[in-house]
Amino acid sequence: MLKRFFALLPAGLIYLLGGQALAEVEMRSKPWQMWLQEPMSESAIKVHDLNLGLMVLETVIVIFVLALMVYILIRFNEKNNPVPSKTTHNTLLEVVWTAVPILILVVVAVPSLKALYFTDSNPDVEMNIKVKGNQWYWSYAYPDNGDIEFDSLIIPEDELEDGQPRLLSVDNPLVLPAHTKIRFLIASNDVIHNFAMPSLAIKVDATPGRVNEVWTEINEVGDYYAMCSELCGVNHGFMPIHIKAVSKEDFAKWVVEAKEEFADNSSSDQPKTIRLAEAENVTR
Amino acid sequence: MSNEATAHDHHHDHKPPFFQRWFCSTNHKDIGTLYLAISMVAAIIGGLMSWYIRLELAEPGIQYIDDFQFYNVLVTAHGFIMVFFVVMPALIGGFGNWFVPLMIGAPDMAFPRMNNISFWLLVAGFILLLLSAVIGDGPGTGWTVYPPLSDSNFHPGPSVDFGILSLHVAGASSILGAINLIVTIFNMRAPGMTIHRMPLFVWAILITAFLLLLALPVLAGALTMLLTDRNFGTHFFDPGAGGDPVLWQHLFWFFGHPEVYIIIIPAFGIISQVISTFSQKPVFGYLGMAYAMSAIGVVGFVVWAHHMFTVGFDVDTRAYFTVATMVIAVPTGVKIFSWLATMWGGSIKMEVPMLYALAFIFLFVVGGVTGITLANASADLVFHDTYFVVAHFHYVMAIAAILGMFCGFFYWIGKMSGKQYPRGLAKLQFWVFFIGVNVLFFPQHFSGLAGMPRRIPDYPDPYVAWNYISSVGALITAVGTLLFFVVLWMTLRSKETVGANQWGVGATTLEWTVESPAPFHTHEELPDMTGKAPAE
Repeated sequence: MLKRFFALLPAGLIYLLGGQALAEVEMRSKPWQMWLQEPMSESAIKVHDLNLGLMVLETVIVIFVLALMVYILIRFNEKNNPVPSKTTHNTLLEVVWTAVPILILVVVAVPSLKALYFTDSNPDVEMNIKVKGNQWYWSYAYPDNGDIEFDSLIIPEDELEDGQPRLLSVDNPLVLPAHTKIRFLIASNDVIHNFAMPSLAIKVDATPGRVNEVWTEINEVGDYYAMCSELCGVNHGFMPIHIKAVSKEDFAKWVVEAKEEFADNSSSDQPKTIRLAEAENVTR
Repeated sequence: MSNEATAHDHHHDHKPPFFQRWFCSTNHKDIGTLYLAISMVAAIIGGLMSWYIRLELAEPGIQYIDDFQFYNVLVTAHGFIMVFFVVMPALIGGFGNWFVPLMIGAPDMAFPRMNNISFWLLVAGFILLLLSAVIGDGPGTGWTVYPPLSDSNFHPGPSVDFGILSLHVAGASSILGAINLIVTIFNMRAPGMTIHRMPLFVWAILITAFLLLLALPVLAGALTMLLTDRNFGTHFFDPGAGGDPVLWQHLFWFFGHPEVYIIIIPAFGIISQVISTFSQKPVFGYLGMAYAMSAIGVVGFVVWAHHMFTVGFDVDTRAYFTVATMVIAVPTGVKIFSWLATMWGGSIKMEVPMLYALAFIFLFVVGGVTGITLANASADLVFHDTYFVVAHFHYVMAIAAILGMFCGFFYWIGKMSGKQYPRGLAKLQFWVFFIGVNVLFFPQHFSGLAGMPRRIPDYPDPYVAWNYISSVGALITAVGTLLFFVVLWMTLRSKETVGANQWGVGATTLEWTVESPAPFHTHEELPDMTGKAPAE
């Protein structure tokens, strides 16, 4: 609990300063943010807890070394210690400073590996989402919801509406149900991209010729923003990811509307065979 | 040999005329000087690129660089130049050439003519790299050159080919240099200078040379495959024809991870010499230090895939690379603690090289501990490709190596030039540079924690605060860099000379037994080290 409190402290302060928390979360960086974005999935919470522990450990190490250096520079400078000692060995000391770091690393490795195996895969996924990277936009498909397919492109700066964050807003966000175990199948049509979402602890390469997978379960309804995280050419900085998490009921309604809205995409002009081949590419 | 700087013995010091001396040189000191010179030229170019990047990133929106391909070219060229043409030439080619023969009591390198070709291949490589940026659209691939972005579909034109050839030539230069250093260290040590009596700087260069020899051919192979993919219809990395882009990443990082140790281990060596000299005390745990460096070198070859945690590995593979990467913290800790123990009980003189050595330890520790975070494949789910990584590797590798270079410069400039650097201005230069790099890179940890991706020319508005501070830091660093060149100029014009042993009783290695500046030929009569205490 205390750990969570400190993890949320920077974001919490922003909320206090900026007014009451909204009913729907908006997950993106805040001004002067010094810490991770708030974790919004079980994987993210595990990763954030691990990171907090590591950061405390690392701060202690840095302060320890710095304090030791300051002490040595005061105690053993030329004025205070004109005659240097000749000591060059101390077996016990050398064993200790080899063994203690090993012990610390073992202590770190256990929660780290636990978190890693937890984030890796989940056999109980309830739905699948296909993600494809393109230069320079994302394509999303819902194979379990009537094959809805659409592209998600950045909204240029001069077309932004009020409240839409610059460089993060897209024309068609990836709408997902909260409290649902979702598997992403991630591939690319051209170069390597990276599908990322900091507050869900998702970061997976979209590589042509292979399909990577990752799973998540979003804890809160709201907007989640991120950017492509692998250099993919000229407009690498301009292919954001916007996940709009809604309740299961709203998602069901959205599916009905989206089938209409993106019907053109599903019954596109391409011959069926090519579209099948593409689909196989993704799921292979 | 006389200890009096004024008692120069010039009769054996016939220097060849200018063109022969600097263009056809086979003298290890002159070639070392040339390496240092090209490093400084490249540092100005690579530095200007990074300052232009920071200028663009000082505010959200696009202010200066509206051609994003050009932005990516700047990012790429900055990385290549700093790694291959600034740090490696200065630490290995420059200080390695100058001081390995002096420290082991050898008259010169084992293969003086090969030494010459090593240097001029590097010049050729540098010219090819500069050409790659100005011919065609430039390589906007990042220094990692990942295909398919770097293949002929997405980077048509000759730019990437020039980049590949540049690395080929620079790689050949480094391999020849590494062979030369290994042969010199194994065969040309003075009588009694056993392996376990070599100064730690020589140990560091020896280990680095082996890393170069083992890692660079892998890069050369990968580059050749990319070259044939681009030009001769092979499909090593083309998924459309059964190739695999991830294969490139394995080959690249099998070279790339040892490369970061190639950059930092020579700096370890310099720091060990300097800490020992100014504590007026031999290095604590000499053998532990030497074998800790060796261990870092060996383990460095089996951790490469921690750069690739997001490519879609099996979870067991990621678990292995997590644990293997953490292991590196152990020998690294041994080095840090041994440096502190060397100072413990010493009689510490706070000269400028010592300031740089202490700053190196601090920066290396800060950068090292964030490495523990990044070693965790699970933590990488939020940190991969963010500014947290940028902050980490600039602290632990880039700036630490630059501090190592400055440290070596101020430690040895008296030996190289015979002149005393201006002490006050050098101290000012140290503080400006040290504060500058910390203001520059520390806030990038925060940007990275908040999720800012690398290699983007514009960023969402909330990231502005730390980016602006970071850019101010870049300005301070620029002033510090400028001051360095002022210090260099004033040193070379200085009337104040230094004696053979500038640093007194703490400086026990052989380079302090020859006069300053070191004569054109040294150790013509081999020093006899038989029965001496282990050199430290």
